[in-house]
Amino acid sequence: MEKAKTPLRERIIEGGLLCCGAVSVITTAAILVILLIETAGFFKEVSLMDFFADTQWTPLFSEKHFGIWPLLSGTLLTSAIAIAVALPMGLLAAIYLSEFAAEGVRKTLKPILEVLAGVPTIVYGYFALVYVTPILQKIIPNLSGFNALSPGLIMGIMIIPMVSSLSEDALHAIPATLKEGAFALGADKLGTLFRVTIPSALSGIMASAILAASRAIGETMIVAIAAGQQPRFTFDPRVPIETMTAYIVQISLGDTPTGSIAYKTIFVVGASLFIMTFSMNILSRKLVRRYRRGGS
Amino acid sequence: MSSNEAAKISVRNLNAWFGEKLVIRDIDIEIPEKQATAIIGPSGCGKSTFIRCCNRMHELVPGARVQGSIQLDEESIYDRSIDPVLLRRRIGMVFQKPNPFPSMSIRDNVLSGLKLTKSGRLKEADSIVENALQQAALWDEVKDRLNDPGIGLSGGQQQRLCIARALAVEPEVLLMDEPCSALDPVATARIEDLIHGLKDDYTIVIVTHNMQQAARVSDRTAFFLMGELVEYRGTKRMFTTPKDKRTEDYITGKFG
Repeated sequence: MEKAKTPLRERIIEGGLLCCGAVSVITTAAILVILLIETAGFFKEVSLMDFFADTQWTPLFSEKHFGIWPLLSGTLLTSAIAIAVALPMGLLAAIYLSEFAAEGVRKTLKPILEVLAGVPTIVYGYFALVYVTPILQKIIPNLSGFNALSPGLIMGIMIIPMVSSLSEDALHAIPATLKEGAFALGADKLGTLFRVTIPSALSGIMASAILAASRAIGETMIVAIAAGQQPRFTFDPRVPIETMTAYIVQISLGDTPTGSIAYKTIFVVGASLFIMTFSMNILSRKLVRRYRRGGS
Repeated sequence: MSSNEAAKISVRNLNAWFGEKLVIRDIDIEIPEKQATAIIGPSGCGKSTFIRCCNRMHELVPGARVQGSIQLDEESIYDRSIDPVLLRRRIGMVFQKPNPFPSMSIRDNVLSGLKLTKSGRLKEADSIVENALQQAALWDEVKDRLNDPGIGLSGGQQQRLCIARALAVEPEVLLMDEPCSALDPVATARIEDLIHGLKDDYTIVIVTHNMQQAARVSDRTAFFLMGELVEYRGTKRMFTTPKDKRTEDYITGKFG
């Protein structure tokens, strides 16, 4: 049988839709290519050894050092604090919403919680600097005005909805028949929750944590405002530090000439960030796919 | 019921609701010990709800309510002093769709009831796993891969794993809610064989919409229709000489 010809009008619409989709793919590809070219240019002037082994980052000083560790430690420190806040709180919120809250409460609370994710990060940043840091200084006397702790905590609050919403989806997707199976064996509510429901939803919960971590690593405004701009290889949350993202902001806003080594550092830091968040997103997608399979 | 048969479960004036809807009306029934009792009837006749009242699972559904009395060994299971969680350890249940726990291995699925109830018997875990799987006629098929995930098994094997899981807690009664409805004929035959063996040790109540199955596995059969118990007799007599016209119509296939 001859295949029916698609009318021209439909082919035009199809082509138009394809173009719209292609824009984002092409943009991503272009960003990747530029990151790659500029990163290659950077490593022509700075050896990999200097990048990975040096513990100082001073591309703007006369005595230049290009060790990534100070920026990396700053990013890891603030993100770790954020996860330490967001994972337990988000998970508990998810458990409450999915397993304990009445349907009406769940339907009201979940969107309200998700509003937290819609607050502009610049607001969070100033909130951290102007309100949270002074309060923390009353508790921790030698806390600097700029530090990793305060923006880390605020970032944690910002990503709570991400953890809670995705974890709640994962918990809610666990079929009632599994919970009934546990109840029929003589399990109580908590036993069922911790031994059956949460383990069954674990890959989804992990995926939410990884996505939240990747969001924290990529977060810029809060740390640029409240963490300081002093690249320092430390895991002390009380002193000023600089994250990878904050460094990019600092250089982009300054008068760094195009093509200079300082200019190229933006791209190498950008490429490092990209690799980190990209691999975390891939990992979380894999986990989500696994829980979709397991949960069906 | 003849006098030499002890009633394991006796039900008086049982009514059950989902919200405002009355799904079971004035059920009176005595279920004999260490026999298989089949509950048959068309969809929506309340047969599943009835057995879910027997292990107090019905009340887990929001808005669900029960009235009347059910006695297990002459002890009222709806008494205030009875903890439903503890009661369910004495009355095991197998569901319509096999529901092994996806996060657990075959072995852990068998032990799940003991772990969930923090039983001291876990010390003899190995022999419990083997015994339960033997009783469920699954041991030979899985003994070399006890640490593989339970959901990797076929549907029929999964259902036998769920039976093993229920038996591992050593219940007195085993409730089966259409345990073969999601299985193929071969897997169904294996489960039916199993029921024959199990009734030496357990009181079995099996809900089924399959009348041949009821005839094959049960000693007594109860026919439910629209929430009421129409007829309850020895299975052979029920299928050869039903007393009630509605039973006769149902088992001869005139409706349902």
